[in-house]
Amino acid sequence: MGSLWTLPLVSLPLCFFFFLQRDSIGACPGETFPTVDPRTEEVLADVAKADVEDINRAVKAARKAFDHGPWPRMTAYERSKILLKYADLLEKHNDELATLDSLDSGKLYSQSQGVEIPHFVTRLFRYYAGWADKIHGKTLPADGPHQVLTFHEPIGVVGQIIPWNFPMVMFAWKVAPALACGNTIVLKTAEQTPLSACLAAKLAVEAGLPPGVLNVVSGFGETAGAAISSHMDIDKVAFTGSTETGKLVMQAAARSNLKPVTLELGGKSPFIIMPDADIDQAVELSHFALFFNQGQCCCAGSRTFVHESIYDEYIEKAKARALKRVVGDPFKSGVEQGPQVDKAQFEKILSYIDVGRHEGANLVTGGTRIGNKGYYIQPTIFSDVKDDMAISRDEIFGPVQAVTKFRTVQEAIERANNTTYGLAAGVFTKDIDTANTFSRALRVGSVWINCYDVFDAAIPFGGYKMSGQGREKGEYVLHNYTQVKAVVTPLRNPAWL
Amino acid sequence: MKSSILNSLSMGSLWTLPLVSETFPTVDPRTEEVLADVAKADVEDINRAVKAARKAFDHGPWPRMTAYERSKILLKYADLLEKHNDELATLDSLDSGKLYSQSQGVEIPHFVTRLFRYYAGWADKIHGKTLPADGPHQVLTFHEPIGVVGQIIPWNFPMVMFAWKVAPALACGNTIVLKTAEQTPLSACLAAKLAVEAGLPPGVLNVVSGFGETAGAAISSHMDIDKVAFTGSTETGKLVMQAAARSNLKPVTLELGGKSPFIIMPDADIDQAVELSHFALFFNQGQCCCAGSRTFVHESIYDEYIEKAKARALKRVVGDPFKSGVEQGPQVDKAQFEKILSYIDVGRHEGANLVTGGARIGNKGYYIQPTIFSDVKDDMAISRDEIFGPVQAVTKFRTVQEAIERANNSPYGLAAGVFTKDIDTANTFSRALRVGSVWINCYDVFDAAIPFGGYKMSGQGREKGEYVLHNYTQVKAVVTPLKNPAWL
Repeated sequence: MGSLWTLPLVSLPLCFFFFLQRDSIGACPGETFPTVDPRTEEVLADVAKADVEDINRAVKAARKAFDHGPWPRMTAYERSKILLKYADLLEKHNDELATLDSLDSGKLYSQSQGVEIPHFVTRLFRYYAGWADKIHGKTLPADGPHQVLTFHEPIGVVGQIIPWNFPMVMFAWKVAPALACGNTIVLKTAEQTPLSACLAAKLAVEAGLPPGVLNVVSGFGETAGAAISSHMDIDKVAFTGSTETGKLVMQAAARSNLKPVTLELGGKSPFIIMPDADIDQAVELSHFALFFNQGQCCCAGSRTFVHESIYDEYIEKAKARALKRVVGDPFKSGVEQGPQVDKAQFEKILSYIDVGRHEGANLVTGGTRIGNKGYYIQPTIFSDVKDDMAISRDEIFGPVQAVTKFRTVQEAIERANNTTYGLAAGVFTKDIDTANTFSRALRVGSVWINCYDVFDAAIPFGGYKMSGQGREKGEYVLHNYTQVKAVVTPLRNPAWL
Repeated sequence: MKSSILNSLSMGSLWTLPLVSETFPTVDPRTEEVLADVAKADVEDINRAVKAARKAFDHGPWPRMTAYERSKILLKYADLLEKHNDELATLDSLDSGKLYSQSQGVEIPHFVTRLFRYYAGWADKIHGKTLPADGPHQVLTFHEPIGVVGQIIPWNFPMVMFAWKVAPALACGNTIVLKTAEQTPLSACLAAKLAVEAGLPPGVLNVVSGFGETAGAAISSHMDIDKVAFTGSTETGKLVMQAAARSNLKPVTLELGGKSPFIIMPDADIDQAVELSHFALFFNQGQCCCAGSRTFVHESIYDEYIEKAKARALKRVVGDPFKSGVEQGPQVDKAQFEKILSYIDVGRHEGANLVTGGARIGNKGYYIQPTIFSDVKDDMAISRDEIFGPVQAVTKFRTVQEAIERANNSPYGLAAGVFTKDIDTANTFSRALRVGSVWINCYDVFDAAIPFGGYKMSGQGREKGEYVLHNYTQVKAVVTPLKNPAWL
């Protein structure tokens, strides 16, 4: 196991276990599935594949830990200390976790090692360690002589299903607040990126998380994910992934035991550039907004709206910027874009590029694969994109920017809002009134003005419309992982009401 | 007064849906005769209502006026509801069979009018936040209206359920399409008329009457409704949530069924316990989602309890809800009436002991005798299923731990009553019972500030208080970089 962390290039297939209980880590179970290195298309490791029975066992462990174990029965301070210890261990193993995420997903090592693990994983566990003992109920004024108080109790056994585009960050966004609220967890990683959570689960045990509190499984959506969504003994499910799968998760939750759901789904987020913008900064920021993480962000700024007065200059500069983008091995320094995560995504993106051509959008640059090994795609830009084109409506999840021109603020607002999605938007302007107009009018969960992808711990993130329900991060996420109980007692001779 | 209200309503039902082809009857449960014919909303009517609500939200004055302006309209509305207190109460009692003294003296003033004043007060206090970033960024959140809200309400508390839904949704700046229950469509027609009089702009509140399978389903699955709130049965709640998911993934809040335990400890004053547990079950003809329908009595006081509960049930005056001195009216309709009687049969066959009651009263109107089963076992259907009628199921227990386990052993989790004077016992129960409302030495306390809602399959989300605002707003974060911040 140790040899994996020091070698960036893995040559031996390895077997990973479920980390269900501290004292019952089994030998390699019957079925496994391969996880592939997207740089080489070769198998990195074989991973234990959770089926329905494994989910049942994980839920049993989580239920026992919640109903009878020490976790909900220790003080919040005790829980926060364990979370702080966990953060320290994540920090200590920063580079190993980053290596696993970059091997598995193709994301830049500089990004995972220098940004994601320290600022969006470790930091997040420290942030929620700080919330653990600040989960306040209320006392409330009644309309008669009654004492009224509310508890914000843990909700119980929480099912969590995370995606492959930010494996450890998504792990942290889900696990940290759920644990801070006193719950126990059954978490399924994405089948494309199962590795880092195996290490993270091991570290949780080392941090002192009691047995059964955090159960990490690797597996597929149609089996393990569906088993979680429809489980009769899971009290709540949180899902991040595609909108189509989100619909299935919510239906399964309803059909089984009506468990509440929170969903973080897809997007087709507009990035709007006003004529008062510094054009070079706008080009750079809109480039980042789309191409970051190989275009594989739910909130990618994938519809670039450029004011007509700067459109031609924008296209020229955006093209130059895209041509300069260094695509290659995510472990090499100086590289800006790695491979797409797997074959299915790779083929889907290339087919959307074809669609864009056929729909009559203008291919400015890019449009094909790079090389013949690894899922590398050229940074691609389409201009003169019409709102009814598929490349303007559908989430492509790849390095394909779609640029269109607009004339007035009102037009930009209407066209930006004309989508079933509502996850995020970027607005590039110096004008205070323009900024205020856009920030109120855009029907999205995050409006980034003169910036993009700002994911600090306190900032809530989530979708309007079909981009999702509920908010992650900040104080807002606590709502998802607690349930409210009112306790009412009559008062005799109250000194006050 | 009754006939003049109905006459004005038969016109009134037309302004919510000016083109009506179909109607359906609503029946007086005292007489089983038709009270009125009401406009029946179908899918096309829902589409038109949603169009109106969407136009009002996207382009109308309601979200664009200040919160203070909205609160003034809500206060005016409360004044009108107060002025028409007795008419609204009459309609609810005619339609549902609930006691007129209850609707006129308690429900309309304290849980309808009061609630609109409460939410008028919240309208201008919906606060977002400024937040500390981990770098030089200014971060703020808006708690915006969510948009067009679909609301589906039940028949057991028509005007109260209308208020619990409409008041907070409006206070948050939304527009509404609300469907009443087909059993009790009348009072909301008057309430909708009063909303217009209060100055609510056109299209902000759209009230339709109709059936679940058509109008309700159309709301749950509408692609242009942004959120749906439903109160009703657990089975229908599942359908609502699935339809919401399958269509446009609209968020849902659900207030569903229950089988709430009422636990009586031996230190209780037995006469008070008998009276309170009697009220907890029999109130509103047993037709409460949170009815205390499983009475757990400590074995040391069990026999005395049964004797006194029986005497109390025999004393319960059943009759015309408009007559003074009556404590229990008819069940709401034939379907409920037959379901309850069939559960009484089931209870007999399962081997529970029928202490009192068990039969229909008279041969006209849906009146059922106050009924008590004792020696009820946890696996009996009358202990597990929601009966929604005047059928109390009593069982004995020995220890606090046993009571907790048996009380929690249910897919429901709506409410619980605990009767004890001991502070430690009260604290043990209040933490251990997996329910949304724990009433200690009281029951059915529904003051405006107190959140109400279910754990487990009793629902999701909370109504009332500040908590409900979460259901009717959505959170937007706005982030801007700071150059030269004086502080972070």
